Amino acid sequence: MGLLTDLYSSSIGKKITVGLTGILLCAYLVVHLAGNMLLFRGDGGAAFDAYADVLPSLLVIRIIEIGLFAVFLLHIVTGTIVWIQNRRARPVPYAVHKKNDTSDPLSRIMFVTGSVVFIFLVVHLNTFWVPARFGDGSHHSMYGTVVEAFSSPLYSVFYLLAMVLLAFHLRHGFQSALQTFGLKNLKYTRAIEAAGLIFWLLIPVGFATIPIFYLLNP
Amino acid sequence: MNFTLKIWRQPGRTSAGTFKQYTIDGVAADMSFLEMLDGVNQKLVRGGEDAIAFDSDCREGICGSCGLFINGRAHGPARGVATCELRMRHFTDGEAITVEPWRAKAFPVIKDLVVDRTGFDRIIQAGGYVSVNTGGVPDANAIPVPKHSAEEAMDAAACIGCGACVAACKNGSASLFVAAKISHLALLPQGQAERKDRVTKMVAAMDEEGFGGCSNTYACEAECPKLIPVTTIARMNREFLLAKK
Ligand code: FES
Repeated sequence: MGLLTDLYSSSIGKKITVGLTGILLCAYLVVHLAGNMLLFRGDGGAAFDAYADVLPSLLVIRIIEIGLFAVFLLHIVTGTIVWIQNRRARPVPYAVHKKNDTSDPLSRIMFVTGSVVFIFLVVHLNTFWVPARFGDGSHHSMYGTVVEAFSSPLYSVFYLLAMVLLAFHLRHGFQSALQTFGLKNLKYTRAIEAAGLIFWLLIPVGFATIPIFYLLNP
Repeated sequence: MNFTLKIWRQPGRTSAGTFKQYTIDGVAADMSFLEMLDGVNQKLVRGGEDAIAFDSDCREGICGSCGLFINGRAHGPARGVATCELRMRHFTDGEAITVEPWRAKAFPVIKDLVVDRTGFDRIIQAGGYVSVNTGGVPDANAIPVPKHSAEEAMDAAACIGCGACVAACKNGSASLFVAAKISHLALLPQGQAERKDRVTKMVAAMDEEGFGGCSNTYACEAECPKLIPVTTIARMNREFLLAKK
């Protein structure tokens, strides 16, 4: 425990925490997306519903669920602490600061993109997870909930927007985490950037296919 | 060439500062930015005014004393140069130029454009050295150093401690400076004995001084007059983790 608190108290330790939880969340997104793709089986949602019904009944999933919440919380809380500390490090701003000449704007707005993704997360959980988990059991089916939610174009557009911001967040986040772990050096930079490119683009695009599908097939 | 300058004037640490406007003409394109400022100061002194305070020493990019935030950029718009190496040809005739001191909580303004960078000294005191016994001068070639280690260590050792990395970073982070020092010594055989201790203590000192953390925007690398790469920061993180076990 001493080692962990010691790590967490330093700026590098906090960055490593944000990076590590971020990578874990990325891994979760892959699994989540794979499950969601069952929506497109064209079987009226039978496979998707079967999948959505069996998950909560498994003990291991319940345990993972708690772990996932903990990871989310750690990512968000630590990210916010880092953001506050970093802002405090420059109390007097420059009159002129040409930041765009020296750095990628996306690398500087992680707190903003993260915050929007967080708002999305709350709405998202409230739409799908809360009724399924705490509902009175009268909910028809998860597939039905999905169809119902995306029948609102407003919801679909909000979802799409969130995916764009998620892409922005991941674009900096993924490669940034590897730099933080010290894994990036001259030899691997290219490979990491290539892997990151696939990652930040493919995952959000994968999720975005869902609202796009429902927007095109109302 | 003629210029209109907007320069930060602040009489002392605790006093409030403000921008003052100055004009200068007859500037040669090959003059350095500091020579141009010397010209402004000459005029001010002749007129009985207080000269603009700014740091400089070697004026050839090797000491790290100089450092001004010029038109929104640390050491001005040119890449890989310190303020003293910046030439007026990098500006257009008649341009308005804003000159500010480095801005960071850990670099408080002492006067005008001079900031207190002793935070860097305290970080170095925390571990940026190797301890050697006194005695006869060792043979220069007694300790073999692999070529690539020597090269990488030398690249990191090019750091002149000017603080442009802190000035450019949106977080006022000293990561590139500290990482350069850590990389320089971790790569060499002479640095091994204190390797773990060094990174632990220097990172702690860096946090203690109130510098921000690194969020990998890489603005430091873009502004570093010695072009020190952010791969040194990756190495520092790695060293930091390895020192924990
Ligand atoms: S005065 Fe020495 S580096 Fe500029």
